[in-house]
Amino acid sequence: MNQIVIIPILLPLASAVAMLLFSRSVTIQRIISLSSSCLLLAAAGWLLAAVISGGMLSLQAGGWAAPFGITLAADLLSAVMVAASALIGFATVIYSFAVIDPERERFFYHPLLQLLLMGINGAFLTGDVFNLYVWFEVMLISSFVLLVLGGTPVQLEGAIKYVTINLLSSSVFLAAAGILYGIAGTLNMADLARIAPRIEQKELLSVVSVLFMITFGVKAAVFPLFFWLPASYHTPPVPVSAIFAGLLTKVGVYALIRFFTTVFPHESIFINDVLLVASALTMLTGVLGAVAQYDVRKLLSFHIVSQIGYMIFGLALHSPLALAGALFYIVHNIIAKTNLFYISGIVERISGTWDLKRAGGVYARYPFISMLFLVPALGLAGIPPLSGFWAKFVIIRAGFEAGEYAVTGIALFVSLLTLFSMMKIWNEAFWKERPHQQEYEGINRYVSMGIAGKAMLLSPVVMLGLLTILFGIFFEPVFRIAESASLQLLDPLLYSTAVLGRKE
Amino acid sequence: MTLLLALVIGCLYAAGIFLILRRNMVKVIFGLILLAHAANLLIFTVGRLTKGIPAFVPEGAGMLSGEFADPLPQALILTAIVIGFGLQAFTIVLFKRTWLTLGTEDLDLMKTTDEPPRE
Amino acid sequence: MYSIILATASKYLLLLLQMFSVFLLFRGHNEPGGGFVGGLVAAAAYALYFIANGIGKAEKLLAVDPLHLISAGLLLAVSSTLPAFAAGRSFMTAIWFDTGISLFGKVGTPLVFDTGVYFLVLGIALKIIFSLAEEDRP
Repeated sequence: MNQIVIIPILLPLASAVAMLLFSRSVTIQRIISLSSSCLLLAAAGWLLAAVISGGMLSLQAGGWAAPFGITLAADLLSAVMVAASALIGFATVIYSFAVIDPERERFFYHPLLQLLLMGINGAFLTGDVFNLYVWFEVMLISSFVLLVLGGTPVQLEGAIKYVTINLLSSSVFLAAAGILYGIAGTLNMADLARIAPRIEQKELLSVVSVLFMITFGVKAAVFPLFFWLPASYHTPPVPVSAIFAGLLTKVGVYALIRFFTTVFPHESIFINDVLLVASALTMLTGVLGAVAQYDVRKLLSFHIVSQIGYMIFGLALHSPLALAGALFYIVHNIIAKTNLFYISGIVERISGTWDLKRAGGVYARYPFISMLFLVPALGLAGIPPLSGFWAKFVIIRAGFEAGEYAVTGIALFVSLLTLFSMMKIWNEAFWKERPHQQEYEGINRYVSMGIAGKAMLLSPVVMLGLLTILFGIFFEPVFRIAESASLQLLDPLLYSTAVLGRKE
Repeated sequence: MTLLLALVIGCLYAAGIFLILRRNMVKVIFGLILLAHAANLLIFTVGRLTKGIPAFVPEGAGMLSGEFADPLPQALILTAIVIGFGLQAFTIVLFKRTWLTLGTEDLDLMKTTDEPPRE
Repeated sequence: MYSIILATASKYLLLLLQMFSVFLLFRGHNEPGGGFVGGLVAAAAYALYFIANGIGKAEKLLAVDPLHLISAGLLLAVSSTLPAFAAGRSFMTAIWFDTGISLFGKVGTPLVFDTGVYFLVLGIALKIIFSLAEEDRP
């Protein structure tokens, strides 16, 4: 049973290798890509079901016992994240078939997407700090290549910023892992959870945890380390932007949650104060940046930053309710944010521009697509009964319970501004009449697509939109999973016992 | 020896940070490479320096005894070097491609990603 | 710049270095060596040949696209992890067969893995070298 932990990593790798072998034929690559992401979705669902019913799973690769070997561990948090990444991977593969150009497909777009998924799943499933570094790098190198694939000047400029800041954060990660090994003598997360309370060099441990906070903060785009995100995420093609927006920053958030609940629970008091301030500033700067933008993709990129603030807020509060809220928020946000990027791509196809001032009139011609936009947009803003309402409701309630009125007030205010900027997109791109209509005759690339193309374009949007609605309506059962995940997180001994296989 | 290495690491970090703050792309690459070296040396030093006692199990004995050099930091560094090699090679190719496409190596001129859409 | 001495020497050095890289590959596991170093040495051999004779000849000599080396290497490495599944052991567990012949000794999945790494490293290093040299092509 424990063997299934490896499948979400092995499957994308195997399919990427298979696709490289068929590098001549894009059709075969598409078939492999689609079937592999279907299988991945099934495997991730199986893993999630197994973890919900049977508790934590862990696998020692090569049969070397923990803490010496390579440990893979799936608790509820990991399993939920893997399921989300498999879902987004599946949706993105379908969406890519409709929009990605043949040139990029020939240059290994599909294998790179699978390698990216492998890196993300590896980061979610690993139980070892150094392996986390390795999986981060796997994820980064595939994201680098996906980002520059096509090589337009603006992509290269965005990539320079993205690559430089990420290499910098990697070297901070490496240094932190080295110092941690020096003071703890182990890098296995389960072992660390056991040993960390007994470490005598408390000051050094604080330094290490701040270094980890910085490196994961860069990946998660937390204030003040977020500036690379709005400078790079809008440059690649839409499916790439969408999968980055949905998953990459969440890997950083996942690592922050994992470290400051399971691995360093006792460090969290000091870290939580820092994270609390950072979360408030992240929410504010993100949303203020978004309000000022008129490029749809930049607007949405700034919203990624602002939404990260809510998740960090949940982590900083550190109560069972807040953590469960943060988890629910992550899943809700992965789905809604990816969906918004998909729709922005469709709107661009219809109106031929990313600029909101020049777009318009989509509602008059495509009411169905406009409704599809409203679902994730209102979900993101937190309108009941969509999933975002519950996500925000839980986090804000946890904030009031903890007595953090100032930050909670900011969270509510930011929520209002989110609604405002979503309505801005609605008014500008969908509702208002198109300015200079005659200039744009024949620019609509959506009309000329075949039925199959339109179906591939819209089906991921419909699927994710349905999930946003379903998570809102069936909130209770979904939230119960998040609650038990947060209880698991707040009991680090559970994790170390499951991995090390013995009681202390 | 530890003190010497600590000083070297400090110098490498200082030089690396100085270089990545420059406007010239080539200097930024050098800065990133120096930072990676500094991190590797840091792992090596924090993993305790033990001279001349490799971690080999003696013939006939079942396990290691007494003092021995910890092989794990070296394994970590080896992995980090390999990964760093790949990433740095990619960065160099990327920077070269950027230089060929944009015709400049001044990072301060690369602002189009932050500018509002053209009117 | 064309140097006749280097061009002549590189032909012999290529063969020698390739033999050495294979030696390093098989020496791996219990002694210094292995797929990574072996692959790098083999790539260095081609890099030397390329410096001496130019990119076109080096690519012609290699005869395969480096990308195929990468995919073949990955395939070998991935497939070496699978016998452990079949044997019901934990993922990536090494499985050894004793051939009984002193020349070969024990053969097992780590050797397959190392060979995969060898081709992977060779492919990636050559891919990087060739793509950096791309613009210098006349």
